[in-house]
Amino acid sequence: MTNYEVIIIGAGSVGVPAALAMAHAGVNVLVLDQFASQGQGSNKSAIGGIRATHSDPAKIHLCLRTLEIVSTWQETYGHNIEWTTGGYTFVAYRKQEERTLKNLLEVQHSYGLSIDWYDKDDFLKIVPDVSPNGLIGGTFSPEDGHCSTLLAGHAFYEEAKRAGATFKYDEEITKIRVENGRVKGVKTTKGEYGCAVVINAAGPWARKIGALVGLDHPVNPDSHEAGITEPVAHFLDPMVVDIRPSPGSANYYFFQLATGQVVFCITPQPSIPGFDRRETSVFLPQVARRMVALMPRLTNIRVRRTWRGLYPMSPDGSPLVGWSEEVKGYLMAIGMCGQGFMLGPGLGELLARMVTQSKLSVEDQETLEILSPSREFKRQEALK
Amino acid sequence: MMRIEQHPILPIGPREEVEFHWNGHRLVAKQGEMIASALFANGVRIFGHHPKDNAPQGIFCANGQCAQCLVLADGVPVKSCMTPVRPGMRVESVDGLPELPKVEEVSPMSETETIEVPVIIIGGGPAGMSAAIELGTRGIDVLLVDDKQRLGGKLVLQTHRFFGSIDAVHAGTRGIDIATLLEREVRDVGNIDVWLNSTALAVFSDHKIGIMRGGSTYTLVEPQVLLVAAGAREKSLVFRGNTLPGVYGAGAFQTLVNRDLIRAAERLFIVGGGNVGLIAGYHALQAGIEVVGLVEVLPECGGYKVHRDKLVRLGVPIYTSHTILSANGTDQVESVTVAQIDEQFRPIPKTEKSFACDTVLIAVGLDPVDEFTVKAKEYGMSVFAAGDAEEIAEASAAMYAGKIKGLEVARALGVDVGEIPKEWYHTVTILKSHPGNTVNERIPLWEEGIFPVLHCSQEIPCNPCTSVCPRKLIRIDERDIRQSPQFTGDAHQCIGCEQCVAVCPGLAITLVDYQQDPPLPTVTIAYEFLKESVNVGDTMTVLDCEGEVLGEVKVESVRAIKRNDRTVLIKVRAPKAFAKRIAGIRVQEPSVSESLPESLKRVTDDTIVCRCERVTAGEIRELIRAGYRDVNEIKAVTRAGMGACGGKTCTALIQRLFREEGIPVDEVTENVKRPLFIEVPLGFFAGVKEEDDDD
Repeated sequence: MTNYEVIIIGAGSVGVPAALAMAHAGVNVLVLDQFASQGQGSNKSAIGGIRATHSDPAKIHLCLRTLEIVSTWQETYGHNIEWTTGGYTFVAYRKQEERTLKNLLEVQHSYGLSIDWYDKDDFLKIVPDVSPNGLIGGTFSPEDGHCSTLLAGHAFYEEAKRAGATFKYDEEITKIRVENGRVKGVKTTKGEYGCAVVINAAGPWARKIGALVGLDHPVNPDSHEAGITEPVAHFLDPMVVDIRPSPGSANYYFFQLATGQVVFCITPQPSIPGFDRRETSVFLPQVARRMVALMPRLTNIRVRRTWRGLYPMSPDGSPLVGWSEEVKGYLMAIGMCGQGFMLGPGLGELLARMVTQSKLSVEDQETLEILSPSREFKRQEALK
Repeated sequence: MMRIEQHPILPIGPREEVEFHWNGHRLVAKQGEMIASALFANGVRIFGHHPKDNAPQGIFCANGQCAQCLVLADGVPVKSCMTPVRPGMRVESVDGLPELPKVEEVSPMSETETIEVPVIIIGGGPAGMSAAIELGTRGIDVLLVDDKQRLGGKLVLQTHRFFGSIDAVHAGTRGIDIATLLEREVRDVGNIDVWLNSTALAVFSDHKIGIMRGGSTYTLVEPQVLLVAAGAREKSLVFRGNTLPGVYGAGAFQTLVNRDLIRAAERLFIVGGGNVGLIAGYHALQAGIEVVGLVEVLPECGGYKVHRDKLVRLGVPIYTSHTILSANGTDQVESVTVAQIDEQFRPIPKTEKSFACDTVLIAVGLDPVDEFTVKAKEYGMSVFAAGDAEEIAEASAAMYAGKIKGLEVARALGVDVGEIPKEWYHTVTILKSHPGNTVNERIPLWEEGIFPVLHCSQEIPCNPCTSVCPRKLIRIDERDIRQSPQFTGDAHQCIGCEQCVAVCPGLAITLVDYQQDPPLPTVTIAYEFLKESVNVGDTMTVLDCEGEVLGEVKVESVRAIKRNDRTVLIKVRAPKAFAKRIAGIRVQEPSVSESLPESLKRVTDDTIVCRCERVTAGEIRELIRAGYRDVNEIKAVTRAGMGACGGKTCTALIQRLFREEGIPVDEVTENVKRPLFIEVPLGFFAGVKEEDDDD
């Protein structure tokens, strides 16, 4: 039986960057995944937006670090992950969205985030193709952006391997060995490995992993559909988010990749709980009507592919990150609520600091306090 | 203009001309033809350049399946092979990424309609139409959708007489005419709703099928039973220069030539000796296109021997145990290099030969269009597949299989159709069967009287010759029409009506007549070229079954009579020494097939696996060698399979690379297939009405 210091369950948006951070910190780490390669769970379903402009300080801290990592990735490591500092925009066509967005600005400014409100004419300079009819304005955060989830996943994976992390695929976890209240190892469908720390980074499957140590994590997936178009010449810089509700859906958002395709996603309302990742006929007409109404220029862009991915939801829309009080050596990094890709790189480093018992910064401590798995799930994030 | 002005089989009626613009130049198209065909007719074969590496782009599938032929039509990116030219249309090449046109106003949108039907059939080819007819005649409502402008599928491209059973599947009739027969039957039956120009885009988990109805109205269809009769798609090959404009599939070629009447090439080279490649060569010759040669990787052609024989007799060299090494040229194909291979299929050094040509057809087999079936099964729908979509075989088999599937679908709907006769399954098995044994040609010993010589020496399912003999002298065991036909008479029983000569789909029957001049008998030969190309008194080169030149003979008569259905009968007078061995007349001079004096410098080193995203075999091999086994991951890293076509061509090629690298199949994880299977504008899903053309 091979021994590792840390075993990460899930080679996804959180697990792979965490493995890289661990390996950089000199930790002997093994990553196990049920699928045949990295990123086959929710990572490849993510569309790739990364913003620090949240309202929750924990997410702000983590995503600010993610932005640093991904925006300097190419100069640091060499792989092109198609990072684009295109910014995020939230549009307002009604008073209530204007109010919501402006209220958020106060919190965001208090954390020094680069985001501002733009009235109609100025907003149209940022996104010239949105429909001007009824537009009040919107917020724009120029330092946010996006990259390719596929290339980023691969890049983190390659670097993690280079730094010494081990990855094993097609292995389902059958048992987490706990002795005297301490994690001792992991048993899979293919073998058994010893370790002192197990990190649950299993995304939508986090609850199943928790059950192996007798814990019941309040993480339940729901599904969202996304799509991608053919590539066209560059015409759109930022992510465009429309938070107006509509029958059958809440917000939807889209942006143009560095390679020219437009990626888009919608949040079903009511949400669709469960693990179903099969495409439905509802999505395209639903999202297309909203996108074309918002940006008539999208009428002629051709849809190439659609898919469905899972959001591992927590009760309050924020992740659960922290050591288990019941089982020593069991660390949770779960309930990313569809933001694992943008939280992952920042969170991975925090997890490495926790595992190596490095000194935690004030921000780290604040983050862990907010994301504590033992918190009471009372509040709701404004824009989760 | 590269149009076919006259054709021995296809009618060429007058068509109205319309003007359009190509990159600012005024060109003329025929009313209603596809942009791609109009461009080809005007000598334009490069439609743009790829954004990744600036590689020239042109026609590949001509079937709406890929997106190689992308152009801008009045500012909007479209597939030029599926978009008709409109008068005054401004067509532009796509160099790099296309500009998305500005749209100022939101157009009115309508709700997506969902239609419930007992049966939907995807594909109105031989299988789909036959199934629809069976269902319709039993009073079952059928929705038959097809992405083309008319029914018929690939039948509309087939100028040759069909093989198979004359009773069961119209054998002896030309494919184009079978299409019309079936189409008429579909219309006559009633309760078959036909949606033309309607592309099936996806099968969803809620058991609905997304259809782009009439080209622009997105409609969801919820059937009780789905029958997939969407045919096949052509396999591709990895070789240097494999994506140069001028390299494309045999099906695309037949579309351009036989449907759109474009002389798509001057000089053609064919890769693959199956029926598709052999027939494409024959069609090319009929269209007045030179066929420089054909390579087949195996020691024998896989297609019907009669097709192969027909081609070599006409003067096309077939190189067996040969492979293509490269298509050469800067912007389009200028030549092809082939080589002989050893038992391990490796090219043998110093056997390379290059030939000047402008087009290389890839005809290396077909794969079923199975994405709808796969998804429908995954989602637990009641689904059937028929024709090539189920199993690759001849169109005659597809017709019969469609008929049976029709009944099976009816049964799945709970309709009492009684027992499906066992003979039907027997017949379809025979029709689907691959060519069997080759026997020695049985040339009669007589040198007197009059009798047919059957140059038909391979067991294939075919029997038209038996049905036309007024004295019933040609026979095949009716229980198994794969047996070779036998002339059961003697030298004095045949009345010389020549019906068997005219009807044989393989053009493999001649009639030898010693009655007038025993040392110099006449030989009647079937000929499917322009009557005007042969005149009485001409000297022609005649060849035997295998393509060996026998000698030169004089033409005695040339007859095209109506009941011969465009097959010309040529009578030559030949010495009795070889008269019986004559199987055909050479139409193409040997000089056409001469190789280039020396090995060419190859201009490109690209061996592309994914055409849409321009991913090379080298990139994929590198990942395989680095230990990658999940095609999903290879796709994510290289983008192979993420392009417009969704992996329709490269999926099989990637699997092949794994095999070549010696990776066992069970170590490889296949990639997940996602809808859509065809790209469609976002506005169509929103129910935006297409603006009327006000040009």
